[in-house]
Parts: sequence; C-alpha cells; structure tokens
Amino acid sequence: MITLTIDGRQVEALEGATLLEAARENDIEIPTLCFHEALEPYGGCRLCVVELVGPKGSQLVASCVHPAEEGAEVRTNSEMVRRSRRTTVELLLAAAPNAKVIQDLAAEMGVEQPRVRLGDNDCILCGLCVRACDEIVGANAISLVNRGFVKEVKPPFGIGSNACIGCTTCVFICPTGAIKLADVLTNRSVHEWKSDFEFRPCKICGDHYLAPELRQDYEELLVEEQV
Amino acid sequence: MKKIRTTEELEGFRETLVTGRDPEKPRVSVCCGTGCRVYGSMKVIEAFEEEIDSSGLDKKIDVVSTGCHGFCEKGPVVVLKPSGIFYQRVDAADVPGIISETMLKGRVIEELLYTDPGSGKTIVYEHDVPFYQKQRRLVLDLNGDIDPTNIEDYVAFGGYSALSKAVERMSPEEIIEEVGNSGLRGRGGAGFPTGLKWKLCRKAEGDTKYVICNADEGDPGAYMDRSIMEGNPHRVLEGMIIGARAIGAHQGYVYIRNEYPLAVENLRIAIAQAEACGFLGNNILGSGFDLSIQIRPGSGAFVCGEETALMASIEDRVGEPRPRPPYPAVSGLWGKPTNINNVETWANVPIIIERGGDWYSQIGTADSKGTKIFSVVGNINNTGLVEVPMGATLSEIVYDIGGGIPGGKACKAVQLGGPSGGCVPVEHFDVPIDYESLQELGSIMGSGGMVVCDEDTCMVELARFFMSFVQEESCGKCVPCRLGTKAMLDVLTRITEGNGQDGDIEYLLELGEQIKESSLCGLGQTAPNPVLSTIRYFRDEYEAHIQDTCCPAHVCKPLIQYSIDVEACTGCGRCLRACPVEAISGEKKEPHIIDQEKCIKCGSCREVCKFDAVMVE
Repeated sequence: MITLTIDGRQVEALEGATLLEAARENDIEIPTLCFHEALEPYGGCRLCVVELVGPKGSQLVASCVHPAEEGAEVRTNSEMVRRSRRTTVELLLAAAPNAKVIQDLAAEMGVEQPRVRLGDNDCILCGLCVRACDEIVGANAISLVNRGFVKEVKPPFGIGSNACIGCTTCVFICPTGAIKLADVLTNRSVHEWKSDFEFRPCKICGDHYLAPELRQDYEELLVEEQV
Repeated sequence: MKKIRTTEELEGFRETLVTGRDPEKPRVSVCCGTGCRVYGSMKVIEAFEEEIDSSGLDKKIDVVSTGCHGFCEKGPVVVLKPSGIFYQRVDAADVPGIISETMLKGRVIEELLYTDPGSGKTIVYEHDVPFYQKQRRLVLDLNGDIDPTNIEDYVAFGGYSALSKAVERMSPEEIIEEVGNSGLRGRGGAGFPTGLKWKLCRKAEGDTKYVICNADEGDPGAYMDRSIMEGNPHRVLEGMIIGARAIGAHQGYVYIRNEYPLAVENLRIAIAQAEACGFLGNNILGSGFDLSIQIRPGSGAFVCGEETALMASIEDRVGEPRPRPPYPAVSGLWGKPTNINNVETWANVPIIIERGGDWYSQIGTADSKGTKIFSVVGNINNTGLVEVPMGATLSEIVYDIGGGIPGGKACKAVQLGGPSGGCVPVEHFDVPIDYESLQELGSIMGSGGMVVCDEDTCMVELARFFMSFVQEESCGKCVPCRLGTKAMLDVLTRITEGNGQDGDIEYLLELGEQIKESSLCGLGQTAPNPVLSTIRYFRDEYEAHIQDTCCPAHVCKPLIQYSIDVEACTGCGRCLRACPVEAISGEKKEPHIIDQEKCIKCGSCREVCKFDAVMVE
C-alpha cells in the first residue's frame, strides 16, 4: 500500500493504482466520460483531470491514467481543476449540444451557452465502443479513423464489417446514445456500422436469436438482390 | 568493402585513405542537397563529369556531390577546393568555363561570384562570405566536403574515430558521463539533458532496450535534420552506435518521414556501408557489442514526431500519443526501455566523445551548450541553414548572417519553433538565444525552424496559419486539442475575415491557456503558443482587426481594397493586362479603375505598376 494526500485527506491506495482508482476507493468522486472499469484507460476526454502539486508548481494530469505515487499531493476539486473541466465541457457542448450526458455535465458545472459552435454530432470520440469491441468482445469490428476534428468511429473502409457480430456492446456502452440500434421483427441493424442481421428462430423455444454465421449469407443475399 | 574488425584496423584503413589522397588535388564540391537539386545541381554535376571526362582531366580533378552547404538562397552552390573559391547560382552552361578558366588558368569568373548585398562587394572565397563567417559549424562542418554516399570520405575526414574511442577506452558509464558533462540538451525542442536521459535508460531494468532516432521533422519551414541526414548520415549513425553502447541497446530505429526521399536513400546507403565495414552488426570493432539499425519510414502525420506516437507508429499501431508516465526510458517501444533522441542531438554525440565534454561545454551559454542549427526562411535575403553557438542573438542571425530583409523592408518578428513556438518581436533581437531566454519571451528553441516576418506580415494571419496547421495535425484523441484548436481556429478565422467580436481576444487567451494545461501530449500543450505570443506582442493588430475591421499589414483579403490613384496612373495598361479576372478597365493614357465586384484582391496590379498608382487600404 502507498499513502498519498487527496483533497487534504491522507489516503491509502494499492501499489500500481491510478489516481482515479485511489480517489474512488476512498469515496472521492471524479467525473469521467471515456473511462470504463472493464477497459484499458484512454486519457482522452480530460474530464478526470486533477491537480498534482509538485515542487515546481501544480500541473493537471488525467487521473484515469496517472499512477498514484507515494507522497503525492492531489486536488480533485480546486479552482484549476474546475476551470479546466468547465472548458472541456464547454467544448464538448459546442460539438455535441444534443447529447444528454453533456447537457447534464454542463448544467452541473455552470456552463450555459458555449461561446463557439463546433457542430452537432452526438459522438464525442471517447473511444469506449472501439475499446469494448476490441477488448471485451474481441471482434475489433470498428476503429477510430482520420485525425483531428474529422476523426470518427468507422468499420474498415466505412462499409459493413464482416467482423461485426451484432452483439450491440457498442450501443450499450456509448455514453451519448450516438450509436443507434434497431431490432425490427426479425431484423437487427446497427446504423452507425451499416451492419444488418437477420434473427433465426430457435428450434427448441421458437424465440428469435442472431446466428453469427448467418451474417455472411445474409450479406451475399443482399448483394444478389441488388443485382 | 572489407570488414574492419578492430580499432587498429580502422586506424590503418584511415591512414591508407588519407595517404592515398593528395590534399592539393583540385576538388569540385557541388551541393546536391534537396534545395540545390531543385535549382538544377544534378545537371551541374553531370556537366562537370562530362567535361572532365572529355577533356581527359579525370585523373587530375575530383568531383564530389555533397550534401547541403547551407546557403540555399544561392543554389546551385559550387566550391572549388582546396582554394575555396565560391561560385553561386551555377548553371550547367557555366561548367566548361569554370574548368578552363578557373581550374586550369586560375582566373576567377566574376559573374559567378557572390555579391554581398550590404557592401555591394563581390566575394571570392567561401570563408569570406558573411553568411558563413559568423557561423560556428560543428555538426555541419563536413557537409561541404564529403560525399554522403561514400563511407570512405567520412572515415578519411576522421569519421568513426569517436566510436573507436568509445569502444576501446570508455565504459558505458564513462560515455554517459562525458555526454552529461558536455551539457548537451535535446535538439528536438524540449531541451531535456541528453546525458540524464541516457542514464535513466541505462538504469532501467530489462535486457532488451532500444535506441531511436527521431527524424520525423515536421515544422513548416524546418529542414535542419533533413540536411544532416542528406549530407552526413554516418555522423548520425555513429552517434546512435555510441549511444546504444552506453545504454545497452542492441537494436536501433531511425523513424524518418518518407517525404524526405534523399535523406531516406542516403541513410539506407549509410547503414548498408556501416554494416559492410563492421560499424554495425556483431562484435563492433572487436568490442563484443552488437547493434543493428533499421529505418522505419513515417507516413506524414505531424503528431508522429511526438515520441509516444512515434513509438506506436513503429509498433504498427495508429500514431496516437499515450500519456506519460511511464516515460520511454522505463517503458517505451514494445514496453521496453527506450531512448529517443532527435537527429541533431545524435549528430552532436561523436563530436563530444571525440573532443571531450569539457571542450564542448565551453561553447554556448551557462545552461545551453554547443551549437544550434536553424533553418532561416521567410522574408530574409539569405535563406538557408545556419549553425551558431548557443547565445548568439537573433539580430546576428537575421542581419549579419541572414543579410537582412529583402526590399529594404523592416523586420517585425521571427517565429521560432514552428507551430509549437512563438514569435519574438524585433525589440528582443539582442537577447542571447538559449532554451530559457526564449521561453521567457514566450517562444521556444524548438527544433530550429525560424520564419522571418517583415513589416508586411499580418501577425493575426500568421497565428491563424499555424493554428490551422495544428488543428489539421491534431490526432484528435483528447478533447482540448481536437475541439479547442478548432474553436481557436474558428475565432481567428472570423477575426481575419472582419467578423471578430468583442471578447474574442480574451476568449483566445483563456482557451489557449486551458488547452496548454489539459492536453494529453506536447502537440496540444504547445499548440496555442503562436496565438498567445502574437497577442502578447501584437495585440494592437488583433484589436485593429476586431474594432476597426482593418488589417494594418494589408494582408487579410476581406479587410482590404485595391484602388487606383488617378493622379499617379499614366494609363500604361500594365495592370489591366496583369489582372486575371478582367476587373480593371480604362482607355490608353487615361487613368484606369478597378471594379470592386470583380476584384479578387490578388495584388497582381500592385506588383506590376511602375508608378505606385495602385493603392491598398
């Protein structure tokens, strides 16, 4: 165990823990967007920044990836931290004004109207869907493509991916509801990935379920129909 | 090529090379760096070879195709050795004359000499050219002498003797101590002490370690590293081999951008030659030390110059930075301790080992040692590569070496460190350049790109340009960099279009500070610098754009208007013919007028007018 100071409190943390883990273990809440306990931390949303007090002055670090070190002094709710989070949330609100989770965060932090408009896309590129598809499902059907402001989540080449198994993990893990799922009768489609699947009836219970091996047949069928 | 197995064999080889060469034999050194090649230096070298061949002089004159001499403004550059006669803007047609007149009869050809714009004097010898006189060339010293594709040239000029010394007489710890004593700091821009970096990596636990040369030079206008690799790739390799031995690495990578075809080619040749000679491979010079170096070409993402993104790219993953710690010295490439240095840093290492850390540390200022290469571009008379000791002033670089501003215009500022740096206005040109002084001025040393801005440069537009660059090159992983740079760019764009609002400057300052504080990697942490520093020194220009919708430098197109002064216009018709959109009308010998609806504000009319009748406001 190591000892560090968070918000003036001496706390203990496991060796190798991140600052976020150390804080949450001690009931100190830090907001996050791109963090998920089941996934490798990403350090992208910068909402979890905390102030690390050092000999040369304070710096902001992303608590989800920064290791908790013996003797460290951390502030999770200082003016420096709050100012940074407000800026981050204002930028997110400017880019995803209709995302409920962003609206809630903005309201909580007192951010009203963003001073710029950066579009209207619910996807905030937190990468949770991509990491979940890779690390949990193992399908690796989608990835982050392009860079900068035009970065987006896509299946390879932007066309329906053979690797997608229609498990919908991405749909459930998305914090903003940007990935839309439609189960209509015996058909399932994940809009963002252009993936369509047909359910099969179970021979025993009669319920419909999705057979992975069906996917390819179904796609071939679709192609034939178009011809 | 014969393998060299011991340090004695290396010295023997060097002696054979040196004694086999007559120092008095005429040698034509033709600059074949990328800049001079663009000006046609390959045709010049062909002409030399043909002419020498056909006149039967091939035993009497050597022709060397060298790397960049630095004076790119005057390319193709030809230096005749050993006399040092300096010819500039040489054309293939000049070659027969150079041979018959200068080389055979000793007569200097006046038209090919360099004229100093300051004094108006023509200058015969290279060492008298003011551009070279005030420089201190340590890293670039051999660029004008050696053929970079011939390892024998490098060895004959003393190459690999530092390696010989390092493997024969120095322990890894001693090498690190020597580099530490020299005071060498990273030339990539951040200025981390190199000796300390090596020490951390040597101490890190693990049997497998790596060394990497960061050759992903990407700042607009910067080409120092390219010219080192093009002109003297063996010096970079020698530095890496010494570093790898000090750290305990047996595998090295050079991550080089593929847009540098000549540098990639010369480096590839150099690696193959070093392997053939036994400077790379197993049991280097009988020391028992093994090292292999591979080239990894980058595909043009600016962010891959950031060390963690660079390593991800070498690992065949997407070139995105990851948070530090862990630092590469502890967990780098494939999770192993890794030491990354920039090209210029590596190239300094053989010099330090050869001449000693104490000698090296005498050059420079208290905390910044050695020399620094700058690529001086923009509104400057002598565009080129300049190597000066740390502590030189900007006014020395811009006026004494750079020859001042073209057209007798005034200098406004220089932008250092590219999109991560900031501008230094002319009133601070006498501050000695070192890592700390530049930081205090709101700029950075950076990798050495220096863009000179004359009085006609709009600093808001300059800031907007750099912001559009980083905004496009941001990897997009973290919110402040991805969205923050876009927000800053949008605000800057509306200011340059005349739609700036009250509070825009304050918003830029606030957002800039936040992006610096909270971004994940060095790209975002420095991206706002050009904006913050131009606001710091040229706030009045921002205010003029926002409050008076006027661009004081007459650059921002939506804010300017061209018109013709009826008093001055003679109706010569030059502007009318030059206008690409037929916006100018008027009878001969009558004053012309510009149709503002059609005018695209390209400025062609103003450029061609001989009577200064075209006004811009």
